[in-house]
Amino acid sequence: MTAQPQTETPALEAFRREVRAWLEANCPPEMRQPVVDDSDVCWGGRNWKFKNEAQKVWLERMAERGWTVPEWPKEYGGGGLSKDEARILREEMAALNCRPPLTSFGISMLGPALLKYGSEAQKREHIPKIVRGEIRWCQGYSEPGAGSDLASLKTRAEDKGDHFLVNGSKIWTSYGDKADWIFCLVRTDFTAKKQEGISFLLFDMTTPGVSTRPIRLISGYSPFTQTFFDNVKVPKENLVGELNKGWTIAKYLLTHERNMIGGMGLGLRVGGTMTVGQLAVKNIGLANGRLAETALRTEIARFEMDAQAFALTMSRIQDEAKAGNETGAMSSMLKYYGTELNKRRAELMMSVSGTEGLKFSDTPSEGDLAPIWLRTRANSIEGGTSEIQLNIIAKNVLRLPSR
Amino acid sequence: MTLVLNEDQLMFRDAAKRFAAERAPISQLRELRDSHDPVGFKRDVWKEMAEMGWAGVLIPEEFGGFGFGFVGAGLIAEEIGRNLSATPFLSTAILGATALLKGGTSSHKETLLPQIASGEAIVALASDERTRHAPLSISATATSSAGKYTLNGRKLHVLDGHVADWLIVSARTSGDANARDGISLFLVNAKAPGVTITRMPIVDSRNAAYVELKDVSVSAEDLLGEVDKGATILEAVLDAGRAVLAAELLGVSSEAFERTLAYLREREQFGVKIGSFQALQHRAAHLFCEIELLRSVCLRALQALDAQEPSAARYVCLAKARASEVARIATNEAVQMHGGIGMTDEFDIGFFMKRARAAAETFGDAFYHTDRYAQMSGY
Repeated sequence: MTAQPQTETPALEAFRREVRAWLEANCPPEMRQPVVDDSDVCWGGRNWKFKNEAQKVWLERMAERGWTVPEWPKEYGGGGLSKDEARILREEMAALNCRPPLTSFGISMLGPALLKYGSEAQKREHIPKIVRGEIRWCQGYSEPGAGSDLASLKTRAEDKGDHFLVNGSKIWTSYGDKADWIFCLVRTDFTAKKQEGISFLLFDMTTPGVSTRPIRLISGYSPFTQTFFDNVKVPKENLVGELNKGWTIAKYLLTHERNMIGGMGLGLRVGGTMTVGQLAVKNIGLANGRLAETALRTEIARFEMDAQAFALTMSRIQDEAKAGNETGAMSSMLKYYGTELNKRRAELMMSVSGTEGLKFSDTPSEGDLAPIWLRTRANSIEGGTSEIQLNIIAKNVLRLPSR
Repeated sequence: MTLVLNEDQLMFRDAAKRFAAERAPISQLRELRDSHDPVGFKRDVWKEMAEMGWAGVLIPEEFGGFGFGFVGAGLIAEEIGRNLSATPFLSTAILGATALLKGGTSSHKETLLPQIASGEAIVALASDERTRHAPLSISATATSSAGKYTLNGRKLHVLDGHVADWLIVSARTSGDANARDGISLFLVNAKAPGVTITRMPIVDSRNAAYVELKDVSVSAEDLLGEVDKGATILEAVLDAGRAVLAAELLGVSSEAFERTLAYLREREQFGVKIGSFQALQHRAAHLFCEIELLRSVCLRALQALDAQEPSAARYVCLAKARASEVARIATNEAVQMHGGIGMTDEFDIGFFMKRARAAAETFGDAFYHTDRYAQMSGY
């Protein structure tokens, strides 16, 4: 039994030709360059400053077709593509080196949750603005006293008849100072078991009483804020799902977040396009056909083998999902293993770069390794620590007893 | 190509699972060991395995085989690993069959392949000479005269050598002791004058032997492939063996892990189930991830061999390295988490650790294949 190369149906082949022709005609040449820094990909929102006209045009053209979110339903502005069509679009974009037209937490986190749990009115209000990149969202989950133990969160939302009154503070709000709206976990029942008193609220960051303070990190970057709510009035219709049932939505959304962070173990090439092995050969050189530093060589090989095995596992899980097999429990594994790999990659890139990798300044320039190395330390903390992922695997996959 | 099994493969796997558990379980290996069985497996069970299509899994139908390919062979091997089945599957159905398919003349194929597929003939690969796997390091010689070759040398770790009917022997027809060129492969009757086979009992209670060749005369027709060009065939045979061993080690790892999980759920100390301790939970959860990654690379390597992809060797290398290492960790953790009972011979878990060690050493362990992977990557 030999494996057959993948063959497309005639309809999909026609779709592929159509996609390629459209991309060739509509993706500006500037948008076919490799992504170098954060501002090369549009995050959208009221205050987004387009890097150039091409970035704006590219977003508008893709959003017009719903191809910023190819698989979301057409009725809310999505592309309405099947899984196979979306795959073809991805493949054709990759073939032409097209940059993603838009990236955002609306796309990767809120959107999927809203499509599943939101009311019809909420979907009509919010999804099209995510598709077009008009509103930039941030996530209000962690609190100073609620990190790994997220369900113990204390931000209060009191029922005041026509609105909720929100008081408290959130921490690790990614781009909280750049976001237009927040999706936020709040406590609405103060006596119930901790998971059963949480609700999921949406509100505008310009509402009176909302303020943010940037947090400077060890990397020198400040991508996070602490976010404060002081008597913030939130309209009742901004509650997603049922009152006190927000934990279910929170967990669903976390699965998406974990898949996104875990996936970084794959694509991210810390420090340029070279693999660790290639950079090692460049910096260290070969002796008798082998990398001259043999202990380092072994570590690099072990890392690259684990990374390839991980990439194959991502593919296998996607294939299993397509075949309709159960894969839900895998997101913790991907998050855990993918982030640990990404950290190992950064450590090895630092080792291979030696003292040149130590370069550090207040305004990091492109290609500086040290800030990226420091940034990757957060991968195994954000979105649920590695230890929390191992807890989840032990409990939900391995069915080991709890105390 | 997708990394999931199709309907036929799932049915085949389920049949293999039932058969291995019923007809070749661990208790049988224990019994063979305890009785110092001279064969080391049940010949009647091997005949039944042949009827199930195992012996001919790689052999095309035209030669009496089943033609289910490497993915099929991997499914069998995984069940062999789960049950620690005593069987000449690897030596005969994988190494022997691949050598003949890649290098045999049409006469070899017509006569021997049907005998392999039916379970009549046992074939063993006699190639390694160094105690650390170094496949091209061959000092055995084959000198040619008057249309015949004369073989001299000593081979070790010859799987199922002591019960083999035929040996696949590598020998040097030219070149230095480590050169890739100058190796030739021969089909040798195990009963030929000058062949001495000594069984070496090994830790996993499976079969290995030393083979001495002293002025063994072989006809030129029994050369497999071209003279001096045997390394290419040898590498294909070894890669076939490595990929299937990786699948076997996936089975060994999975079974040892599942038995350990069951123990963690039931064993009580300090008045609670020991599986509730986070120190054990995290190690188990990490091991789960490692085994899932192993499953992906095994399947990919077997698919690459079936599709004869140019990068197949790289996937096989990845699979054998990971399988050797993951099985080592999985079986060591299994013994540790079972505590004292894991150290007793009466309890089965130790058998998995022994097999993991022996299978890892066979055709290159994690160290060997990590080095090979780095070389294939240009460093």
